[in-house]
Amino acid sequence: MPENRSFAMQFVSSRHRDEVAELGMWVFIATEVLLFGGLLLGYFVYRHAYPDAFAAGSRHTDIMIGVANTAILLTSSFLVACAVDALQTNARPICVALLGGAIILGLLFLGLKSVEYTTEYHEHFVPGVDFAFDGPLADGVQLFFVFYFVSTAIHALHMMIGIGVLATLALLLRKSASTRKRAALRSAALYWHFVDLVWIFLFALIYLPGRST
Amino acid sequence: MTRWRPPFPLVASWLGLLALLGLTVSLAYLPLGSFNAVAALGIGAIKAGIVAAVFMELWHRGPRTLVFASAGLFWLGILLWLGSMDFLTRT
Repeated sequence: MPENRSFAMQFVSSRHRDEVAELGMWVFIATEVLLFGGLLLGYFVYRHAYPDAFAAGSRHTDIMIGVANTAILLTSSFLVACAVDALQTNARPICVALLGGAIILGLLFLGLKSVEYTTEYHEHFVPGVDFAFDGPLADGVQLFFVFYFVSTAIHALHMMIGIGVLATLALLLRKSASTRKRAALRSAALYWHFVDLVWIFLFALIYLPGRST
Repeated sequence: MTRWRPPFPLVASWLGLLALLGLTVSLAYLPLGSFNAVAALGIGAIKAGIVAAVFMELWHRGPRTLVFASAGLFWLGILLWLGSMDFLTRT
């Protein structure tokens, strides 16, 4: 067996290695789906129990920031998909620039999210810290904000990890490209798109209900 | 360095996703009753489908990858289905 080959002994080729890496990423994403799935189930159960309170809670979220952040995240996903394509056509500097753009958009998302959190803190919407809401719907609204903070905080944590992974790959790809780095970029891209997918549903469940009443 | 341009499917998907975002926000402000929730989640599912098919490249993948990718959805379906049964049928 040659010493310098780029794949481990269980693989027949580097392509085989990369295909297995992609399948492994999908298995990891399945576990992530179930992590957020538990939160979704909790949301549906309590929205079913307190429909008016969930609509009222939703009306108190900042739809402008919600829409802006959704557009930002969809665009960053687009840039990462472009970066994967650019690397395939050997346009490495463009790939690195696109990753840089996606990272900046990711940071912008987190910045807007922290502005939103700050406003909600001042409006007394943080359960367990400083929650105050007048009227008979207070309990249900508090449950809505529990879901809101837990789900968006876990999502933001995923964003931070994703930004770190994209930044690492951008730095590595600045020097050179290899089949291994291409495969790593594909896996990182899958993760970033998954974080985008989660946000698409969080946006629909957090910001949209109760707007028409 | 080769000349690179963003591929048409990616650009079209990105613009389509932004258009769907505009549509879902507009529909949320129309008084449609319970259809509001259906529209929000339905358009969310379409957006998720575009991201999965084009950005995550499932469109170009074989059945093996599709099985791995849908495993998460399969178990999510079981979780939501069995988990919500009690609450939806409780009298």
